[in-house]
Order: sequence, then structure tokens, then C-alpha cells
Amino acid sequence: MHRHILSVTVENEPGVLSRVAGLFSGRGFNIESLNVAPTLEPDVSHMTITTIGDDAIIEQIVKQLRKLITVIKVVDLTEHKAVQREMALMKVLAEDRNRAEILRIVDIFRCKVVDVGHGDLTLEAIGDFGKIQALINLLTRFGIKEIARTGTVALKRAMQD
Amino acid sequence: MELTGAQILMECLKLEGVTTIFGFPGGAVIDIYHELPNYPFKHVLVRHEQGAIHAADGYARATGQVGVCLVTSGPGATNTVTGIATAYMDSIPVVILTGQVPTPLIGNDAFQEVDIVGITRPCTKHNTLVKDIHKLAYTIKQAFYLARSGRPGPVLVDLPKDIMQAKAKFIYPDDISMRSYNPHCDPHPKQISRVAKLIQKAQRPVIYSGGGVISADAHEELVTLAHRRHIPVTSTLMGLGAFPGNDPLWLGMLGMHGTYAANMAVNNADLVLAIGARFDDRVTGKVSTFAPKATLVHIDIDPTSIQKNVSVHVPIVADCKSALTALNEALKGTAKDVDYPAIRKDWLDQISVWNEAQPLKYKPSSKTVKPQFVVEKIYELTKGEAIITTEVGQNQMWAAQFYKFHRPKSFLSSGGLGTMGYGFPAAIGAQMAFPDRLVIDIAGDGSIQMNIQELATAVCQKLPVKIIILNNGYLGMVRQWQELFYDRCYSETCMEAQPDFVKLAEAYGAVGFRITKPKDVEPVLKKAFAINNTVIVDVRVEREENVYPMVPAGASLADMLLV
Repeated sequence: MHRHILSVTVENEPGVLSRVAGLFSGRGFNIESLNVAPTLEPDVSHMTITTIGDDAIIEQIVKQLRKLITVIKVVDLTEHKAVQREMALMKVLAEDRNRAEILRIVDIFRCKVVDVGHGDLTLEAIGDFGKIQALINLLTRFGIKEIARTGTVALKRAMQD
Repeated sequence: MELTGAQILMECLKLEGVTTIFGFPGGAVIDIYHELPNYPFKHVLVRHEQGAIHAADGYARATGQVGVCLVTSGPGATNTVTGIATAYMDSIPVVILTGQVPTPLIGNDAFQEVDIVGITRPCTKHNTLVKDIHKLAYTIKQAFYLARSGRPGPVLVDLPKDIMQAKAKFIYPDDISMRSYNPHCDPHPKQISRVAKLIQKAQRPVIYSGGGVISADAHEELVTLAHRRHIPVTSTLMGLGAFPGNDPLWLGMLGMHGTYAANMAVNNADLVLAIGARFDDRVTGKVSTFAPKATLVHIDIDPTSIQKNVSVHVPIVADCKSALTALNEALKGTAKDVDYPAIRKDWLDQISVWNEAQPLKYKPSSKTVKPQFVVEKIYELTKGEAIITTEVGQNQMWAAQFYKFHRPKSFLSSGGLGTMGYGFPAAIGAQMAFPDRLVIDIAGDGSIQMNIQELATAVCQKLPVKIIILNNGYLGMVRQWQELFYDRCYSETCMEAQPDFVKLAEAYGAVGFRITKPKDVEPVLKKAFAINNTVIVDVRVEREENVYPMVPAGASLADMLLV
């Protein structure tokens, strides 16, 4: 069982997200994260889907996606070198005694403080899946009140071996 | 000149070669029905929309052309869903035209509004809501193109009432080109030559053919391959008819209710050629023990079918016709070097031994009518040339086992979804396409009651469809499972109150017969087949007869229960 990042190019038309999401739920595939946004071409959208499965399941997912009439292209980025990023916004409980340590972590992880309240800090973190996960693990002990994540977005690297 | 949406729709259907439409009117499609009399279509007014979609499906299966179904919004549309799923599971080309409330009302929970595009997304090949009259013609053309190309399937187009009333210039596109859809058709030459080598070496090859051979019109190529290379053939339920049922190389159907010879052959083969089939669980039994000694070759047009249930050694994504043509070409002249009759002799002898040891059989009776006997008689009287539709359950399996199909597109049955109530409306569709052929629905007393209202349709259209009810007063297949695997607890499978099917037929203006004795089977069937009207024959059969052989669900093909 491995985590795969699928880059899916689709026609930008109503129902396409539902087709893709319905395919995953209907066939019992996992979606770990799903990101959809327009591209430079107004009639094309791009999805980045992270999913978990063994080779046979991933093969089925890729084929089933390609079979959808509105899907133009599917690339399993796990088979290529790729840059991947995710952004997370986290509202962390920051009592006075913890504040300095949280800010140190912010510094180490190159996050930004984007909002400050009386008892909390809102952080913006950008990184790959592993980095965001590590940051969440570190901040959990202070108390994360709320979290919003974009899910992974990724692009194939220009230089492949 | 500008046309209304409804007129544009009619023009499109005409250009697509549509001659017959199965439908039922309603508020959202009045504009379409208003135009209908101005066009040369035969319209079949059904009595329930499920009848319309099954009839369109039956029409498509019998002809190979796209079936067309027209229904209104809301309940009209939802009533077609079972039939759409039926066509989807069996890859049948159907275009479903549904009315929709006017676009400004969509999403307002308007009267007879339902999100049919949302509902049918997982059971159509594709579907579209038309929101702009300028896209109407393209969408209809695309629907037909998608339905019939690649792996065929149902395509639904949702037509809001205001779009049908709006006006636009009618421009029909010459062809459809989609960047996101390119059905792969030609096989990879290297893979074909690999298979050709395997066929030359194999001692114990078997062809396992499926519905894909029929939808690709590849039956002649299949027969050529089997005959020239001396390869026995078995098939799925969906594949029946592609290979003649009276050919010496024919093994019968395989799988849960397959023949002993077919299942033993697959179990002992050293090469299995799966052609246009998809390794359904009813075919494979326990997947891990399917064809354990064989190199598996899988030819299918749909890449998702390959490596889905069973891991195969040689996958070929291709249209069955082009793959078989290429394969026959690659094997041309090999008879010089390979003595096919000699290398297959032991294998074909072994198959004869299996056939003789365990042929399809039942205990004949002079007192009660055996359902298998009825199907055998239907076969004899029709010489394998009738179009047979079935309902689902024991009637379906006995039809598949005991009727030997001589040609493709003559066995219409809900294979994948297993839809009770399919057979009769499908027979109506087939009879519309072939008014002069004998069309017979082999039914059960449970299934026939699911769409019995279509008797009015058949009588009204003067369709001489023959319904042979194998009436055992049970939901027989479920009862069989209860007998064999659920301690004979016949929970809710006994149909205690039944209509008098003879009087029912008469009430609808059809003809009814009843058979209670074996000696009456032949004369009454003969009489029924000669009548130029819809006929029901209510055959009271042995109540607790079982379908054998049977591979229990989840067991290996080798572990058949025999009679």
C-alpha cells in the first residue's frame, strides 16, 4: 500500500468533480486529498488526487479515471520526479508560556504567523505532505483548535532521469 | 430557417438512422411529442417507463443498433434507472432522452423535477444536461457516437422543456472529435504474435468468449479461429450465440451453472483465450483457483476490464473483431508446421469423456412437466433460429443451458445486473426490429409479473411475442439457494396468490394457454407459435426442480454440484 499522487486533467464542465468523486466512492477507492482548480485554458481544469492502494488498485483507479468521458489525461506522479506542496492554515492555542516555543517551531519550519488572537496564533505552513504532517505532530501538544488544508498539489519536475 | 429544440431533436434522430422510439409522454416532453407525428418514426407507447428502456435495450441487442427511449422528467426518468443500469452492465448501446423542467426552475424542487443526470452518473457511459439550444444537435450526435463506439453503453441526454421550445438554426456536425475520448481499437502486433505462438504450442487450449464478441460482430472470426486451430469454445451467458450451439467444438456455457465439460476444460486448460469477456464472479467462481494451469490471454476493448478481477499473462486492449482478424492472419499458414488435429487430439478426447460422463441432464417425467423439457421442445420446434429473451433466475439458466443458439444476437438476457422483468419488454423491442422472426420470452412466474403491464403494449402494436412461463409458483432460484444453503427455509419465495395467466392474457386481448401435462407441451407450443398474436403459455412445471450443475458461490469451478 503506497501513497500515490495523481495529476488529472479534465474538461471544465458541470458535474466533472461529481463524476470523479463518485467513481472513488462507488468503487470503494480511497481519496486522501483532492484539489481542483482552473488552468490557463478556460475549458480545462486540473485535479490533484492523493490516494492509497496497492499496485493493482492504483492501476484500476488510473484506468477507471481515464475511462470517464470528461477526463482528458491522468498521470501517476509517483512514477516520476515531481514537486509537491500543500498549504495548511492552523489555529494553535498559544498560552503565554508556550508562545515562544511555538514561534521557534514556526521559524524552523519556515511557516508564517498570519493572525494573532489573545490566546491563539494562526499559522500558514507550506510544504510537502511529510513536512505538514511533522508540523501537525509537533503542534498537537499545544492544541490545534482548527485546521484547513489545501491537499497536495504537484507538478512533474522539468528534469527526469 | 430556425427550428425549435423539439424539431432539432427529431432531425438529429432521423440523421442518426433511428426508426423506432420506445417511450411514454409527460408534461416535460409534450413539445417533443407534439413534433413526433410530423416525423416518420415508429413510436411504441409502453405502459411503464421501465418497459421503454428494456424494449430499447432489446431492440439494440437484437439489431446491434442504438436503441432509443424517450420519457418525461421526474418519475418518468427515474423509472428508467433499472433499465439503464441493466444496459450499462451488459454494454448495450441505448440513448435515453429524458424531459426536464424548464432551466429557470432547475434546482427549485419544481413539479416532476429530479436530478436524473446526477442519479444516472454511475450507471451510464456518459450523460449530459442540455442547457443551451446551440449545443443540442452536437450533444445528440455525441450521445449516439458514445453509445455505439468503443465499449458500447447507455448515454442519457436530459432535455429541459424551454430548450425544446427555444429556436435555433439547425446545424448537424459532420463528426465528433473529442480530446478526452479515443476508444482504442487495434491490437498491439507484438501481443498478437505472442498469442499466435501460444496457440501453436498449446496442448489444451480453450476459448472463453463473451458479449464483446457479439457487440463487435466478431462471431465469424471466432468460428474461424476455433475451427482452423481446433480449439474448443465455451462462453459466458452474454456470449451465447457467437459460437453455434450445435458445433462439435462447443462446450456449453461456463461458470456457476455452466456445463461440466466447460468448467473442467477451463480448470485443466494450459491456455485460456478470454475474448470480450470480463471474468465476472459468476464465471470464475473462486478467483484464485480459476484456470490454475493456464496461460491467460485477455482481449477486451475496455482497459479497465483487464487485470481487474484476474491477473492475466497476455493483455490485449482491442476491439474483438480487429484482434481476432489479426490473430487469424498471424496464424495463417501455420498448419504446415503444426499438426493441429494431432496435438489437440488427446485434449478433445478428454473433453468428449467429460461430455459423456456429465452431459446437461434432468430426470424426465411422464407425470409432471420438467422445465428443461419445455426449453428443449422450444429449441426443437424453432430449430435454434428464434430470438429468445429471458427473465432472471432459473428460467434464464435453463434457457441458457438447453436452448442451443445457432446465431448471435438471438439470446437477450440481463446478464450483469440480473434484472427480473427484463425479458418481456426486451422481446417487444426485438419483435419491433424483426416483425417476421419468432420472438420468445422464456419467463418465470415471478419475473413476468414485474412488467406484465406491457401486455397492453404488445397487443396494441400487434406483436406476436410468445411468453412461455415456466410456472413453479416460486421465486425459484432463491428457493433453490434456500434449499441448498439455507436449511430449506423458504422465506417469502412462495408466490401463493397468482393471477390466472390465461385469463390475464385474454383480458389484455392476447391469447392464453395452460399446460399441465408433459404430453401437451409440444402440441400447445406448436399452436402458440403459429398464432399471429401475443400469446402467454402458462406451463405448470415441477415445483422444486433445481438448476444443475451448480458451482456454489465462492467455490472453485471444479467443485460443481451435479444432479
